[in-house]
Amino acid sequence: MSESALLRVAGLRKVYGKSVVLHDLDLEVAEHDVVVLIGASGSGKSTLLRCIDLLETVDDGVIELRGEEITDPRVDADAVRARMGIVFQAFNLFPHLSVLDNITLAPRKVHGVGREQAEQRALEMLARVGLRERASAHPDELSGGQQQRVAIARSLVNDPVLMLFDEVTSALDPELVGEVLAMLRDLKTEGMTMLVATHEMGFARQVADEVCFLDDGRVLERGSPEQVLGEPQQERTRLFLRRIIEAGRL
Amino acid sequence: MTSDRPGDVPGQVELHDIENQAEPGWTPSARQRERDAYRRGRTLRSVLIAVASTAVVGGGLVAGLVSSPGWDRTRDTFFNWDVAVDAFPEVLAGFWINVKIFLISGACVLVFGLLLAVLRTLRGPVFWPLRALAVGYIDLFRGLPLILTLLLVGFGVPGLRLQGVPTDPVVLGCVALVLTYSAYVAEVFRAGIESVHPSQRAAARSLGLSGPQTLRYVVLPQAVRRVVPPLLNDLVALTKDSGLISILGAAIDAVRAAQIITAQTFNFTPYVVAGVLFLLLTIPLTRLTDYVSRRYGYLPAGGHL
Amino acid sequence: MISYRAPVAAGAVLLALLLPGCAPTDEPDSAATPSGSASTSACAPADLSTKTAGTLTIGTDKPAYSPWFVDDDPSNGKGFESAVAYAVADELGYDRTAVKWVTATFNSVIQPGVKPYDLDINQFSITPEREKAVDFSSGYYDVTQAVVTVKGSKAAGVKTLAGLAGLKIGAQVGTTSYKAITDVIKPTAGPKVFDDNDKAKLALANGQIDALVVDLPTGLYLAAADLKNGVLVGQLPATTSGTIEQFGIVLEKGSSLTSCVSQAVDALRGNGTLKTLETTWLTEAAGAPLLK
Repeated sequence: MSESALLRVAGLRKVYGKSVVLHDLDLEVAEHDVVVLIGASGSGKSTLLRCIDLLETVDDGVIELRGEEITDPRVDADAVRARMGIVFQAFNLFPHLSVLDNITLAPRKVHGVGREQAEQRALEMLARVGLRERASAHPDELSGGQQQRVAIARSLVNDPVLMLFDEVTSALDPELVGEVLAMLRDLKTEGMTMLVATHEMGFARQVADEVCFLDDGRVLERGSPEQVLGEPQQERTRLFLRRIIEAGRL
Repeated sequence: MTSDRPGDVPGQVELHDIENQAEPGWTPSARQRERDAYRRGRTLRSVLIAVASTAVVGGGLVAGLVSSPGWDRTRDTFFNWDVAVDAFPEVLAGFWINVKIFLISGACVLVFGLLLAVLRTLRGPVFWPLRALAVGYIDLFRGLPLILTLLLVGFGVPGLRLQGVPTDPVVLGCVALVLTYSAYVAEVFRAGIESVHPSQRAAARSLGLSGPQTLRYVVLPQAVRRVVPPLLNDLVALTKDSGLISILGAAIDAVRAAQIITAQTFNFTPYVVAGVLFLLLTIPLTRLTDYVSRRYGYLPAGGHL
Repeated sequence: MISYRAPVAAGAVLLALLLPGCAPTDEPDSAATPSGSASTSACAPADLSTKTAGTLTIGTDKPAYSPWFVDDDPSNGKGFESAVAYAVADELGYDRTAVKWVTATFNSVIQPGVKPYDLDINQFSITPEREKAVDFSSGYYDVTQAVVTVKGSKAAGVKTLAGLAGLKIGAQVGTTSYKAITDVIKPTAGPKVFDDNDKAKLALANGQIDALVVDLPTGLYLAAADLKNGVLVGQLPATTSGTIEQFGIVLEKGSSLTSCVSQAVDALRGNGTLKTLETTWLTEAAGAPLLK
């Protein structure tokens, strides 16, 4: 674990009603690293990401971003969220706004950027994801893959220090998965720090600096992709990976 | 394009014409031409049968009605042209009052109703008093019959003789209408707000938007569009209840004007005239509702699965 | 498609045949018996075809106002109209126990159609328009309209009709009082119209209207006993000059009782009963100035 961790999670606990979703979870993400979270559904991946982005309040534990504790209730949560980007499985684009307006909303209203400047920046971002000519379209006119790329662009335009991805390709047709994963690869080469929850083992193998296997709200096993995916130590990890292989996704 | 085979319903759109636009230069085969000709024939036949049977039944109804005993007197009492022409100017003058009241109270109702709905959907324990206030208000004014509210506000309030409180029956009547209808409209807006998927809020917050910003730029635009049909429904109801303020002795509206004339002539045609005027207002409103809903109201869900 | 049409068409034809049955049937053409004409038919309970044999059913409004009725109870015989009603019943041969009272709202009485009462007495002025819809007996009281207000109102000190023209004047809808406003006073703001006099009185007490027009006896009663600090401004000249407005008893159009009731009223006028009842129940109107 490097000393200059961008994100540090220690002893995180989250309870929904009667079930404990996150049990005393520890995690560190170094700057410019890509950490991939794998695990069965219900293992807590989404909850972990939502807690990090302060969309949920934790029941115990600490989350630190660049050394600053963000789980402190006195911290301005909106400001923290503006420094992180999260992309969801269900795209969550704003259907009443055009693609361009979706992307310029946060810069204009949160960061106070002027309209012209924000639109210019947004168009650059759209060009980067290959969707510049769809700027005036509405989300329902785009394919799933295109919508997801717009969602990523929307988060990127805020210049976040950390990007969180919650199963962003799980809702896509197989042929569209590739274009989104390619985007994530590009982001890595640009040095973005990313925490990615995914089922795409191939991607994990190629891109991840570290793979963490979540089971029952804890990080059961962590290490380099070759270690965790190739020679898992824990029995449950092996079980999980075997199921994935059988499903043809490794 | 799906092709509707079962039953070969006559009158079905000839789909290959549409496909033709996507691929110009394509012409149908002889077999397809024969199918189209058959379908066209069937369509024509069913249209003719529909027209004929409508004419027969409709004509029969009208003939039966007109030749029945007492029809002349019914027509004279309710549909007397001369009385209608005489009554029209006064009833129309009264109708403008209805329209003005509707426009003014309608605008106030929309604003006040939205405010109540937002208060009601505030989250967090610190806002409990505001939520409770909103709930209490809505319960009260949805529960009171409008006519009671009108009498209480229209006659009761001036009776208190408070400083600076208006006593004009038109103003008080509008106040009573706004008080009551805001309660209904607030619930409609609330339904809209709560129907916006929480993932929309999550996405907005995750971008750094504050609570009020999320409400203003993400939630409310979607919420309001969704409830345009029931909202306009309530507004149509308001157009008709606008006339109730005449019980406060306010300006003479369409119904009151019709009542005055009827009291003198014992002919009910003025009521019919007033009714027609109301229909001329409400029916286009409902068609407008349909149009607006089709264009803006039915949004696809915000990308949630 | 074919299987639906036959029953639907049959149903529609059936409906068309039934509809005329619902249409109003023509009432028998009434050889209009003019009020007050002598009739050869006898006028005793046995001869009169009342709604209930042997009982005279009389209608009036609720609440029944003073000085026409007292304590909102028409059957106590107190109040001018209650007294007149029992006097007419007595002339026709019905004693007090044979008289039944029912409620009939003001507006419903002067509409054409079949009524649930034999006759109605409720300060109805005889007008040519109303006579097209209902029958009237001879007049039992000569009416003038009066303007009533409260102390401190803009109308309180007014002496002329012109002085009223800029004020808010109210009356009940469909009454001759309302007509008096539109035809005689002609206020610039137009008349203020109310469903009933109760609401009009409220508005007057609230200052929402400056004055109220009602018939003179009602006005005197309101000014003296009903309104707080009530003031009678004055009487109004007749709507159509040269005619005297009169209250009449209202009956169904073409009712067989009309001529007998008229005879009864004429008899009461002739033997001075009406005058006596007036003196007993209605305040002396001499003090009410005539507004010109």
